[in-house]
Amino acid sequence: MASKKELQVAQKRELEKREETTLPARIFVPNADIYETKDGLNVVLEMPGVDKNSVDVRVEDDVLKVDGKLDFSKYQGLQPLYTEYNVGHFSRSFRLSGKIDQSKIAAELKDGVLSLRLPLAEQAKPRAIQVN
Amino acid sequence: MIPSSPRQQVHGVANMIMGFADPFDALLDLQRSLEANLSSDWLQDLTTSRGPFPPINVFQQGDDILAIIELPGVSRSDLQIEAKENAIRIFGKKAVDYPEEASLHRRERVSGEFDRTLSLPVQIEPDGIKAEYRDGILALFLPRAERDKPRSIKIT
Repeated sequence: MASKKELQVAQKRELEKREETTLPARIFVPNADIYETKDGLNVVLEMPGVDKNSVDVRVEDDVLKVDGKLDFSKYQGLQPLYTEYNVGHFSRSFRLSGKIDQSKIAAELKDGVLSLRLPLAEQAKPRAIQVN
Repeated sequence: MIPSSPRQQVHGVANMIMGFADPFDALLDLQRSLEANLSSDWLQDLTTSRGPFPPINVFQQGDDILAIIELPGVSRSDLQIEAKENAIRIFGKKAVDYPEEASLHRRERVSGEFDRTLSLPVQIEPDGIKAEYRDGILALFLPRAERDKPRSIKIT
């Protein structure tokens, strides 16, 4: 008997959109991890197959929006025999609760994982108050 | 006692939230590993063929086979591939790291070890396999063995 739990596949969730898109492709919600360190917020998104020129990250009205476009040309001329997962673009947005210093947002894409570092704005950082 | 899953072995705060064992989890694990044996080729030295991580799509490209596997966050050095004439095994581990002293708000990515075997209905040429890993996608080009290809017979 296997002594450790097998990794399970998280089924891809399709993006629920308020508007319809004109793109002839499906859009999925990338799996995300969000954690906060004392410097700011970190958002890690899994977007397999998206290269770094096809990622679009923007912050508007305290909403962080991440889009990843997939290059479908690699799939042309292929005849599917057996499929376990769906292929499509990625899109997800988050409402930010803290103030973010937009000029210092850093993004890194490695092995299909997009890591975003959103540093807190200077005035939003917790400050220790001296008691006299 | 079944040890907690590798995905629960993360540092810091996450460990505090997720670190206790659930008896139902243990029961489900048992069921899953029994079912995994059912769907693998029984009594062969193969690992599970269906269901678990990573998900595989298989395509036909002319005579040959192309398997495309989603492995986001797996680094090239943690990924291993073994080939036989009618099976290909993909195994390795997926690590998800958080820095110390991070407070976790949302955790959807899974981590741990994976091991699965793709059984193929045709014979392949193990020496001709090409593997390409880019942007979290592994593409395996599996050429069909020359001796397995249908031959046209000339009528005399």
